[in-house]
Amino acid sequence: MEIITSLGDGVLQALQPFNLGLAFLGVVVGLFVGAMPGLGSVNGVAILLPFTFVIQDISGSATAPMIFLAAIYYGAMYGGAISSITLGIPGASTAVATTFDGRPLALAGKADKALITAALASFIGGTVANMLFTGFAPALASIALDFGNPEIFALMLLAFATFIGLGGDDIPKTIFSIAFGLVLATVGFDIVSGEPRLIFFDITEFSHGIRFLVLAIGVYGIGEMIWTINTSQDNITMTEAKLGVSTVLREIKAFPKAWKGTAIGSALGFFVGILPAAGATPGSLMSYGVAKMLSRNPERFGKGDVDGIAAPEAANNSASSGAMLPMMTLGIPGSPTTAVLLAGMVIWGLQPGPLLFSEQPDFVWPLIGSFYVSNVIALAVNLACIPVFLWMLRMPFTILAPLIFVLSIVGTYAAYQNTFDVWLMVMFGLGAYFLRILDYPLAPAVLAIVLGPIAEPKLRQSLLLSDGDFSIFLTRPIAGPITVLAIILILLPLVKLIYRKLRG
Amino acid sequence: MRRAELVTAVLLGLLSIYLMWEAGEGPSWDPDSVRFANIGMIEDEGPGSGFWPFWLALVMLASCIWTGVNWWRRKTPASRSSVPFLTPHARAMLFQVGGSLIVFMGLTHVLGYYGAMFLFLIYYLRFLGRHSLGRTLSIAAGVPVFSFFFFDVAMRIVLPKGYLEPLFIPLYDIFL
Repeated sequence: MEIITSLGDGVLQALQPFNLGLAFLGVVVGLFVGAMPGLGSVNGVAILLPFTFVIQDISGSATAPMIFLAAIYYGAMYGGAISSITLGIPGASTAVATTFDGRPLALAGKADKALITAALASFIGGTVANMLFTGFAPALASIALDFGNPEIFALMLLAFATFIGLGGDDIPKTIFSIAFGLVLATVGFDIVSGEPRLIFFDITEFSHGIRFLVLAIGVYGIGEMIWTINTSQDNITMTEAKLGVSTVLREIKAFPKAWKGTAIGSALGFFVGILPAAGATPGSLMSYGVAKMLSRNPERFGKGDVDGIAAPEAANNSASSGAMLPMMTLGIPGSPTTAVLLAGMVIWGLQPGPLLFSEQPDFVWPLIGSFYVSNVIALAVNLACIPVFLWMLRMPFTILAPLIFVLSIVGTYAAYQNTFDVWLMVMFGLGAYFLRILDYPLAPAVLAIVLGPIAEPKLRQSLLLSDGDFSIFLTRPIAGPITVLAIILILLPLVKLIYRKLRG
Repeated sequence: MRRAELVTAVLLGLLSIYLMWEAGEGPSWDPDSVRFANIGMIEDEGPGSGFWPFWLALVMLASCIWTGVNWWRRKTPASRSSVPFLTPHARAMLFQVGGSLIVFMGLTHVLGYYGAMFLFLIYYLRFLGRHSLGRTLSIAAGVPVFSFFFFDVAMRIVLPKGYLEPLFIPLYDIFL
């Protein structure tokens, strides 16, 4: 009952004109970045994070900028389907699976059906996930209140272990990326002893550390953009879609045919989204696979089946709420985008983690309320403005790319007012581009630079408590199972390899 | 691509060794400190300041060696690939785009952010994008003007203006 009251208050707060306006603006920006091939929610959130300081200045709280960024995240999940269906190119990796059936349906002259099915499934997936989030989050946060330093460090170890065990990328390169991000986070003064560390070539600017945004904007604003410019193809044909009120009403009536895919995506997406390193992309791909497996007509998949559109679209929206759960309750992000959101919360003076629910209810509940509100806005804007987004998709990348470069450079300067950081950001961006060519995953490094400053003190305080005995992470009742699970995940690729060898 | 994978692994391995060396350095205010004395447990203090970065850098080094082994065994797509690391098209794009970003940053020290932004947009839109002169000039002029009002005027974040500073003084008088 208390949850429902708090949620009601939160929704009312989210509906206040300023917050509502921000949610609307965030959804529109999110739809745009989601729809634009080469851009995704993480690019939008990372590049625009420095600009949220002005929102915080105006509103005087951290809730408003968070509502704006969370709305971008939501909008991007909807937007990805637009380019997947009309261009045949996923707007973001989260919408890859939408292409499988969305594009064939569009090519069959039913782009309107595909777009409306995607929007409705996204809405249902997002709403179901928000309800699950509302139910689980306070309970998980209250359990996490008992967590001490070893438990929190064990959870972080688990977050990194999932990247190694379930991430699907090259394992040594993933490990390198995690360790590199964690080392970068140690540059500057050691907060425990006060000693300077890793002040490269005695350049004094390193004493303030390497800020998270410098790496995140470098990777997603510069490196990814150059990668997209180099890999984008010119031979793209856009499928037109004409959406009127009658078309929307007709497709809403027909939507129940996609109930199975929507249900699978909504449930599976949420739970996959909770897992660090998993998130919306594997959530949508898995949901597509399960929907196909459970379908009475699996042969229709890949040829324009509505369940094949509904499952991944419901899943990517559901997963985006799922990824918020560990971030808000445990202070551990489940995806690169939530890592940026977590870093934003720290910048705005909040301490993410279990105490957030008990100490900052004025922040938490309006934010959760905004999830529901943003979801409704995203559906309405999506259905009403698809022709506008189709028009925007025609914007040449040679206009969008330089604007993003300018935004990245000026945004980094505005955040720290230090040109050295901007140089560093550009260098990271160019480095990220080279590493990307060689399949080095960079999301773990971004996650690591956020978690590093939290993980290191927890490890050191745990070892101080145990006189340097690492078994503290195995012998405590909560930390023990989490550490064992993390070790299993780290060893999982090795186990798979041995299993494959034994099977010949 | 194959050679690039090995060269990158070696370079990153060397970076890891450098990071290990740097992590072991004691505080500058203590001339008696011994290198690597801070990478283990210190009595009554717990792990030293170099503990976390040193061992992580060692993990980085180990993963580079692992990548090297995978390269030798041709286990990764890059180690089997005969495609060049940078195709002529990619090299040209990198030079034009990445190079222009470095020039942009260099120009910020001379012409400030707004002047550099203006020239960068003209270069990118006109020469890389081949857009019309009208569109190029309207975007190249519009973006710095919008940015000035957003950052300097609305957010009160004064971006450096280099040698163009005197041109902005009348604007400061009006808007700030």
